[in-house]
Amino acid sequence: MDFDELYQAIILDHSKRPRNRGTLPPPATHGSGFNPACGDEVTVFVRQSPEGRIDELAFESQACAICTASTSLMTTQVKGKSREQALALQRRFIDFLTKNTPEEGLGNLRALGGVKKFPQRLKCATLGWHALEVALSEADRGPVTSE
Amino acid sequence: MIVNLPGLADRYRADFPILAQDVNGHPLVYLDNAASTQRPTAVIEELARYYREDHANVHRGLHTLSSRATALYEKARERAAQYLNAERPESIVFTRGTTEAINLVAASWAERLKSGDGILLTEMEHHANLIPWQIVAKRTGAKLHFIPVEGDGEVDWSQLEKYFREHPIRLVALTHISNSLGCVNPVSEVCRVAKKHGAVTLIDAAQSAGHSTLDVRAIGCDFLALSGHKCCGPTGIGILYGRPELLNEMEPYQYGGEMIVSVSFENAQWKPPPYRFEAGTPHIAGAIGLAKAFDYLDRVGRPAIEESDHYFGRTTADRLREIPGLRLLGPKGDRAGILSFQLGTIHAHDLVAFADQQGIALRGGHHCNQPLTRKLGLIATARASFYFYNTVSEIDRLVTVLRAAIKYFGE
Repeated sequence: MDFDELYQAIILDHSKRPRNRGTLPPPATHGSGFNPACGDEVTVFVRQSPEGRIDELAFESQACAICTASTSLMTTQVKGKSREQALALQRRFIDFLTKNTPEEGLGNLRALGGVKKFPQRLKCATLGWHALEVALSEADRGPVTSE
Repeated sequence: MIVNLPGLADRYRADFPILAQDVNGHPLVYLDNAASTQRPTAVIEELARYYREDHANVHRGLHTLSSRATALYEKARERAAQYLNAERPESIVFTRGTTEAINLVAASWAERLKSGDGILLTEMEHHANLIPWQIVAKRTGAKLHFIPVEGDGEVDWSQLEKYFREHPIRLVALTHISNSLGCVNPVSEVCRVAKKHGAVTLIDAAQSAGHSTLDVRAIGCDFLALSGHKCCGPTGIGILYGRPELLNEMEPYQYGGEMIVSVSFENAQWKPPPYRFEAGTPHIAGAIGLAKAFDYLDRVGRPAIEESDHYFGRTTADRLREIPGLRLLGPKGDRAGILSFQLGTIHAHDLVAFADQQGIALRGGHHCNQPLTRKLGLIATARASFYFYNTVSEIDRLVTVLRAAIKYFGE
């Protein structure tokens, strides 16, 4: 059934028990994503090494299961990666959801493939990833929206 | 088995062909009526009949079809005036909906407000009855005052006089039935107090137009706004009722064809109300379809619809309160059939998606009521809203799906 494909066990697991939940103090940078359609909000905190490697991540969310799970899965996937690797994974993940590109290299992010059949939930699955991008850019440009 | 104490669904549900379908393999349970109701066959067929037989532009053609279309359009205005017990048909301005009706008053009547003048609203207003006044306040220097919503959705109306004593309130704009709390506000009493203090009143009747008897003179309001699609009519048509004396002294809101007496290269003179406020070709079919919807609702009987609405409100509230971890918004006692709630820690969008898989249409979000949702410490709520064609067994389906969702998303 499509619905159980959307809410796979791993999604429900990460939404009920999010990994890396919390905040990181400065000098960690953070970025927020806001979905005006539903009011969902995600803030991602990133601590980078001088070489630009992501040493530590945390996130806070007031969001649906898809959004929280996608952000939680993201934190487990990008830890230890360089900024460029993380952004490349973000692009690959979004292309997988929007352009139906192959799932190779996505690991357990594949579990979010059910979103493809529920395009109205696409923003839920990508909000945390946009927040990550803001956190990595270190630029103080305020919260991004999903619009 | 359909058990339905109000009895209206037994008689009238079959008039709504869209309800007789399966969604995701289950019989549709349509509980998003506060967003938009469905249309009876009578309205759907009248729209088709009008386009098939009578359509032309109104007020400008000398030919037969234009005369027919004009007569039907103006008859729709008369029907609307009768539906609202307005003084005369000229008190009825056709708009795109409640939002445009309120914007019209904000852009035209509110021009006379001055710095320091008070606009009194409640904290439960829909964005459509909030943002236009925010803009008026910024433009004129008028000040917004809010009657607070206490607890999970109660208003202490006994404090009403206080606002008028403490502030120079010139306008009171409030919703009749709240689209998020489901409470029915004492609009007649508010208008009486406002009038005593010389303030103009605007009632947002979007949620009450198809749910209760609306008598603008009994309410005593100066303006009243409603949307056709929330009372069995077409989308894209609505009404602004305005007391004739007020409409007469208001400037147009938009300019163009249809609303002028004469035009030179430099100047133009406006027609009297309501035409002054209906620039351009109006939604002719929409107005005609809306009149048909009013005929239909009066055939069902608005007192009966109101009774069934309150029955669904009370009964569903009692059933929802039995569900562990469910936080129901709105008044504790009597209420309309609009129920917003938070179920444990389940996000409204997950819940709405889950219910949809069982064929149940709910709304999830802030219901265009973001400041109130935030004040209540919530991000989004799920909302079930009923109409007279709903059945008691549909309350059972709702309760069953909510209990199943707790299992599905719970720990």
